[in-house]
Amino acid sequence: MTTELPVLRTERLGRSIGQSLLVSDVTIEVPRGEVLAVVGPSGAGKSSFLRMLNRLDEPTSGSFSIEGRDYKEFLPRELRQSVGLVMQTPFLFPGTVETNLQFGPAQRGRALGPQEINSLLERVGLLGYERRDVTTLSGGEAQRVSVARALANDPVLLLLDEPTSALNEEAKMGVEQLLLEIVHASHLTCVVVTHDRAQAARMADRVMVMEAGRMRKIGTVAEVLGA
Amino acid sequence: MLKHWFAGHLALGLAQAALAASVALVVMFIARRRSIHLEKDISLALIRGIVQITAVGTVLVLLLRGPRWTGGLILLAMIFTAAMISARRVRTIPHAWKVSLYGILAGAGSVIALMSLAGVIDSAITALVPVGSMLIANAMNANSLALERFRSDVQAHVGQIEAALALGAVSQVSVFPYAQASFRASIIPAIDNLRSLGIVWIPGLMAGMVLSGSPPVYAAVYQFVVIAMIFSSSSLTCLVSTSLVRQNVFSEADQLLLRPSAHVAQ
Repeated sequence: MTTELPVLRTERLGRSIGQSLLVSDVTIEVPRGEVLAVVGPSGAGKSSFLRMLNRLDEPTSGSFSIEGRDYKEFLPRELRQSVGLVMQTPFLFPGTVETNLQFGPAQRGRALGPQEINSLLERVGLLGYERRDVTTLSGGEAQRVSVARALANDPVLLLLDEPTSALNEEAKMGVEQLLLEIVHASHLTCVVVTHDRAQAARMADRVMVMEAGRMRKIGTVAEVLGA
Repeated sequence: MLKHWFAGHLALGLAQAALAASVALVVMFIARRRSIHLEKDISLALIRGIVQITAVGTVLVLLLRGPRWTGGLILLAMIFTAAMISARRVRTIPHAWKVSLYGILAGAGSVIALMSLAGVIDSAITALVPVGSMLIANAMNANSLALERFRSDVQAHVGQIEAALALGAVSQVSVFPYAQASFRASIIPAIDNLRSLGIVWIPGLMAGMVLSGSPPVYAAVYQFVVIAMIFSSSSLTCLVSTSLVRQNVFSEADQLLLRPSAHVAQ
């Protein structure tokens, strides 16, 4: 019998800048298909933790691995293609929706065909939007494009950094529902940072609570949030 | 009017300097009446300016009498100084001094060398140094504009740059649009100089050549030659510096280093 390696494993992962400690000693495992929510107050180190997993920021202590492979064994851009990141603000590139979807694969010298574009847009509920200029999109639509853009790289791990906090209430529920459908339909492994405990309860299998850069608690939604 | 009162060159020069400085002082008093206090800055700058330019002028007189090879040394010293001045504007860019030095060396340095070898710039020290200094000074200004624009554009677009990085873009690709925009912005003055030559401004070099007895048409054509060289050296400088600076704003692991100080994730 073989035990499947966790998609994400962190070992005493930490980051500090000078005397300022942003994240300290976080050790977790996220198995394939699990959604882990990271909750905590503002300034708890949630986003810093997530940025290290995409290597936008460098860990200063500890380590992490993706499917058993240490992060230092990847080229940074190779790791970032395997670990998708959806930010709080979509930050779409100028041009059409299709330009944005083609960006990630183009970095590997690959072009998505029309069927792949349609399939991605269908997954985020924007079928027929490929020629739309990104400046004409609503906040919710722009965030859906940024989700599709991350999925275009076919990541093994998807990181969501407060993906709905910049949206209005109506768009927020739509995007959250969409993310849930995508994650469950694709059996995608996901780490979602949110300050909204109710959202964490709706989306996650397990919840990690961070405070002052440290992991205070980790467990099932019921164990941690009592939901 | 002053020429009637002051016979010698030195006396006339000092009188002209005093008159020009007094105009600056009048501006200073007008500013003071509007509660803008520039007294210390302007007074110091005026004193520093006259002492500095007189000292440099004296040293130049000695150097210009030296052998031809000293011209190259003078220009090299000017390039080093220009790189230091340019880099001071963008202290937040890592290794900005090296980027500026390589840019100005490659841009102004190579155009000066090539044009001297081709005989477009007279290799006599009295021609080489003044013409070379014009190329270096303009390359320095263009380089400062390019790096400053690049710095501000990158700091204003951290989100887009990190979004590109997060999707697996090579660091240099993620800042390419900002390097391109910086280059375009930096060569606007050089292009405008070419466009407006003879219409909006008649540069000092041409006036000097005519005064010293050169045929006016040759003086005009040579002025075009100098402005064209300024355009080439400035553009080449900025091409090199905007290419080099793209590498300098990232860590070895392609993480953006040039971020506004407040932009730290929690």
